[in-house]
Amino acid sequence: MRAIAIVAAGVFRDSIRERIAYGLVFFALLIMAASFLLAQLTAGQDVKIIKDLGLAASSVIGLFIAIFFGISLVTKEVERRSIYGLLSKPVTRSQFVIGKYLGLAVTLVINVAVMAAALYVVLAYFEWSTPGKAKEAWEAAAIDPALIKAFALIAVELLVITAVALFLSTFSSPFLSVALTVAVYIIGHFGDDLKHLDNIVESKALATVGRGVYYVMPNLARLDVKSAVVHAVPVSATHMFFSTLSALLYVAVLLTASTLVFARRDLK
Amino acid sequence: MGTSTRARAWIALVALALGAVGTQVALEGRVVTPAVSATVPWVQSPTLMRRLTLGFNTIWADVYWIRAVQYFGGTRLAKGTQKSYELLYPLLDVTTTLDPRFNIAYRLGAILLSEGSSTGAGNTGQAITLLEKGMREMPDKWQYPLDAGFIVYWWGRDPAAAAQWFLKAESRPGAPNWIRPVAATMLTQGGERASARAMWYELATSGEHEWLRRAGRRGLMQVDAEAQIDVLQAIVREFRARAGRFPTSWNDVVAAGLLRQVPADPSGVEYGVDPMSGTVDVSVSSPLYPLRQKGSGR
Repeated sequence: MRAIAIVAAGVFRDSIRERIAYGLVFFALLIMAASFLLAQLTAGQDVKIIKDLGLAASSVIGLFIAIFFGISLVTKEVERRSIYGLLSKPVTRSQFVIGKYLGLAVTLVINVAVMAAALYVVLAYFEWSTPGKAKEAWEAAAIDPALIKAFALIAVELLVITAVALFLSTFSSPFLSVALTVAVYIIGHFGDDLKHLDNIVESKALATVGRGVYYVMPNLARLDVKSAVVHAVPVSATHMFFSTLSALLYVAVLLTASTLVFARRDLK
Repeated sequence: MGTSTRARAWIALVALALGAVGTQVALEGRVVTPAVSATVPWVQSPTLMRRLTLGFNTIWADVYWIRAVQYFGGTRLAKGTQKSYELLYPLLDVTTTLDPRFNIAYRLGAILLSEGSSTGAGNTGQAITLLEKGMREMPDKWQYPLDAGFIVYWWGRDPAAAAQWFLKAESRPGAPNWIRPVAATMLTQGGERASARAMWYELATSGEHEWLRRAGRRGLMQVDAEAQIDVLQAIVREFRARAGRFPTSWNDVVAAGLLRQVPADPSGVEYGVDPMSGTVDVSVSSPLYPLRQKGSGR
């Protein structure tokens, strides 16, 4: 357990050294700039759009970090040959993989939390500066606690994507890993289309394959409650719990598969 | 890399940068990229756009909404009298497909679509289609059938159809209790201006957004202008009976003692009078222009 924690702490330190914080600064600047511009352009939909923008930006920035850092977790150590030094210490390959994953997972969760806090600060400004009558047009309060649900599920989605990226990077090239992770992300958001492929194609076999892929791949669309939260549509605790549980099961499967593949990998 | 090589590289870099910028400046206004249309929406198929957004549909809906608002404003402010708002509905359609709960896109979008030509698209059919889409997405919203009734009544001049929409609105949960009496008035006294006044007043005072309230205030002024025009039309007829011709301007009517001063509409802009037909109307430069046409609308 201690070995995993040491590896994870190393990843966290690396992520700070690799200037992941630049993404946060970009996010903060984007949200602040948008908040000044949007009031003029959006016919009074500024708060809705700030929320949409904040949630979308945190998701995209997190996605980039999850994919690119997720893939480099193992490949960089192998390419630099620094993995030999690490594995010569009392760290098993499984501990190495899990530690790497947890390190990036903590980084991502902290990133999302900071972005959520930055968004709340901007929204607090809108809450304070908007006259009472204009607030009636808002579907939900500017400082809406329900936004945390959307941020939480964004974080869960990023954990899944990181696990996918890590798993793919244990056996394929970085380029292919990026392409395949992006493919998994896209398929994960096409869940409904895959499930109802029989409405589009005539081939029964293809429809069955589509339905099969739907059930096998992680359903990332279920983790997307951004729209619901912004429109004050309730997101139940049951939805939160089961969506998270299902996603974490995928993470567990992918991490197990990663350790198995990496254990058999010839590092010479 | 040696010092002299590096210096040459820097000189080359500066020279190339100056050349690139200089070429840009020289070409400015001389070589114009042929544009298909500056305002074509990037993707016009709502279904395709929804698939392309990969979970980021609401932020893209916001982008399309901003484009719709900019498109409407740009067209409205453009010079010339022949204004086409043909892309307004596709933009709103994509917006509401990407974010089916985008309330203001339905409500304000319907107003922009239905307003008379030159200040709006003047297409009540598209306005109703947009609101019907909203009703399918959010069946409990009483505002959408109310808006549809409003549009049918005001621009379509069809009180019976409007009353049916109002009754639909009234049956939705949370609908205010003033809707039923207004619908009843319409059914019994079809075309009664008081009904229009009541509806515009509700929008002006209770609309959930300033844009809607502004539309309500403008509607109220248009109702007042219609009433004033009826009075002025009678005065012009009186002038013709006395002078044997229509007045060439309001000064003729004032000089004849039929008016004390040149009449202005509720926005403060002088009314127009056609010397050939004697028709009184709001001026094209008035913010109230155009008033709904007599007879049925589109």
